Amino acid sequence: MSSTVAGLLQVAVLLAALAVVYRPLGDYMARVFSTAKHTRAEAAVYRVVRVDPDSEQRWGTYAQGVLGFSFVSVVLLYLLQRLQPLLPFDFGRGAVPPGMAFNNAASFVSNTNWQSYVPEVVMGHTVQMVGLTVQNFVSAAVGLAVAMALVRGFIRSKTDRLGNFWVDLVRGTLRILLPMAFLSAIVLIGLGVVMSLRSGVTVVGPDGAEHTIALAPAASQESIKLLGTNGGGIFNANSAHPFENPNSWSNLVEIFLLLVIPVSLTRTFGKLVGNPKQGYVLLGVMGTLWSGMLAVIWWAESTGLRPLEGKETRFGVAGSALFADSTTGTSTGAVNSMHDSYSGLGGGGTLLNMLFGEMTPGGVGTGLYSILVMAIIAMFLAGLMVGRTPEYLGKKLGKREVTAAAVSILAMPTVLLLGVGIALVLPGTSGALNNPGAHGFSEVLYAYASASNNNGSAFAGITVTNDWFQSSLGVCMLLGRFIPIVAVLCLAGSLAAQKKVPESAGTLPTTGPLFATLLGGSVVLVAALTFVPALALGPIAEALL
Amino acid sequence: MNNLVKQSLAGLRVLLVLTVITGVLYPLAVWGVSRVPGLQANAEGSITSRNGQAVGSSLIGVDPVAEDPANDPWFHTRPSALAKDPLGPGDPSSSLGSNKSAVNEDYDAVVAERRTLIARREGVAEDRVPQDAVTASASGLDPQISPAYAELQVARVARVTGLPVDEVRALVADHTTGRGLGVLGDPAVTVLDLNLAVRAAK
Repeated sequence: MSSTVAGLLQVAVLLAALAVVYRPLGDYMARVFSTAKHTRAEAAVYRVVRVDPDSEQRWGTYAQGVLGFSFVSVVLLYLLQRLQPLLPFDFGRGAVPPGMAFNNAASFVSNTNWQSYVPEVVMGHTVQMVGLTVQNFVSAAVGLAVAMALVRGFIRSKTDRLGNFWVDLVRGTLRILLPMAFLSAIVLIGLGVVMSLRSGVTVVGPDGAEHTIALAPAASQESIKLLGTNGGGIFNANSAHPFENPNSWSNLVEIFLLLVIPVSLTRTFGKLVGNPKQGYVLLGVMGTLWSGMLAVIWWAESTGLRPLEGKETRFGVAGSALFADSTTGTSTGAVNSMHDSYSGLGGGGTLLNMLFGEMTPGGVGTGLYSILVMAIIAMFLAGLMVGRTPEYLGKKLGKREVTAAAVSILAMPTVLLLGVGIALVLPGTSGALNNPGAHGFSEVLYAYASASNNNGSAFAGITVTNDWFQSSLGVCMLLGRFIPIVAVLCLAGSLAAQKKVPESAGTLPTTGPLFATLLGGSVVLVAALTFVPALALGPIAEALL
Repeated sequence: MNNLVKQSLAGLRVLLVLTVITGVLYPLAVWGVSRVPGLQANAEGSITSRNGQAVGSSLIGVDPVAEDPANDPWFHTRPSALAKDPLGPGDPSSSLGSNKSAVNEDYDAVVAERRTLIARREGVAEDRVPQDAVTASASGLDPQISPAYAELQVARVARVTGLPVDEVRALVADHTTGRGLGVLGDPAVTVLDLNLAVRAAK
């Protein structure tokens, strides 16, 4: 069988697996976020933390909950890293330096999971488990919660209440992420992923040379790293490391895990708004862009000058391109191949996936709320063309709604381009690059695109350990995460306060191909108008060389 | 502002409880399950032992070094960005890709040098050296090579070890993993297991 045919069938297997779980998982998540019942464990949690799970919050309180929770998360994760020498399983790796500790804290709390550190050297098992694994769960649950608050804005009317952030956070963690992560961690161990509390094992090779092979409690973090679209590896090489991703089977499982929740959330959305077709149309747009970018990346890598540089033999070009497209189209950022060694067009494809704003299909929760915000922009543009007040899902899109949507969309490009611009004029930047010319520029562009979109993958040759990169990338992650979240919650609040307007003959149906084209076009158009000049200096120039 | 402080304190309490559940109980539960016979060997790194001595992991590729380069009995792994030299072993206590782009003249020279060294070692023309033999893997620890690179090394290994070429080729076939489900990934040859099998056959 040719590798192209095998690769296409590999994609078919992946899509079939996603199709099987799409409805049950989507419907289950809809129930989790709409039932009034608390499980016993949850009721116990609410008692211990002294929150009333049955009181609902206004959008401002909901947002303060998100911000307050994330703030204490950053502080606690920073302190854990700084105090590492006092913790067990630290293996003498010492306190994480302040700049790096801040960057990591911002990174894991914002669901970015960018890695400026070499885990095997810097991070002991306690910080990995008690610090990083926890944020792998809860940062994903925060994304889910915000998405659900926005959906409630659409389905509720004449209320100022959006639900309870603590309930959404706890339910997302305990009912969705935890059971799925546990099961998939066991599956991954069965496929060969390590789960060891030792720091390493010493071996004497057949040639008599002694080596120490690093070990780590990988499986428990690997599963949630992918399920929660996080992406921070417990080993430096991330999912390219054979202990994180040992064979072509584990590779397929991992790609499945990083897509399954963002994809199924479109079903959850359709179910909650009372019309699954509303979800299918979003899925159609996401899937079309994901497939198109897969074709570009795969073709570019198959025909590149050095197709196997930075790729593992067991995955091949097809298994690497499929992972690369999926990890950058969701905001995961785990890698099973080194994107920095991709061709101009292939690497440019992974970059463009992020610049779409992470909605093809995007991160856990973030993908859904981002594409809903883009839908509002698309309906606004359509409204301008026909001269009608735009509506979406029975809600009028007035000045307040469109402003909030615009702020949410524009935050990422603003912090991204400012960061890149400043980095380029700083004297230390050119020495931090691993490749010359246009590709070196792409390394900087990719870094800020990854941080501002909370992706976390890298053109990893760039050295980002100086204070400027550590702090500016950390700030980009936080602003790229929390400006849109506050804007989205504000939008949700103002949608929920409206009453529903009945559909009329003039309402643009949002379940058909016209809307899908409009939405997909808006995603591409916004990214193109914002980023073509920057892309022309990097990947486009390189591809044309 | 008072409300933000109040929410932060609630957030701290929730975070501490979720830390116990997802940061302590969850990883320990996964670790506990991984102690089950059948999973434990995987969980501890799929270590291979010979005569009670751990010789490596089937999942981790570390290039073996020949005592006498003129009589090199080993199948070799792909180049590693962890290695000091263009070819040679990397250090498996870490993991790293080269992150070199296709448009990079300095790196072109490294790739060309690898091609020359390998062609000389195998006694073949440079254009017969496959891509994976001269490019660094993503992890720096790729345990496998392409069937083409294994085939390139068969004649030399047979000559140095004194084994018949057909027997060495059969050992290569024994240690080749096909595509999962017939479609996943690419076929590949596991270098450590193959080297151990060759040594046992000698």
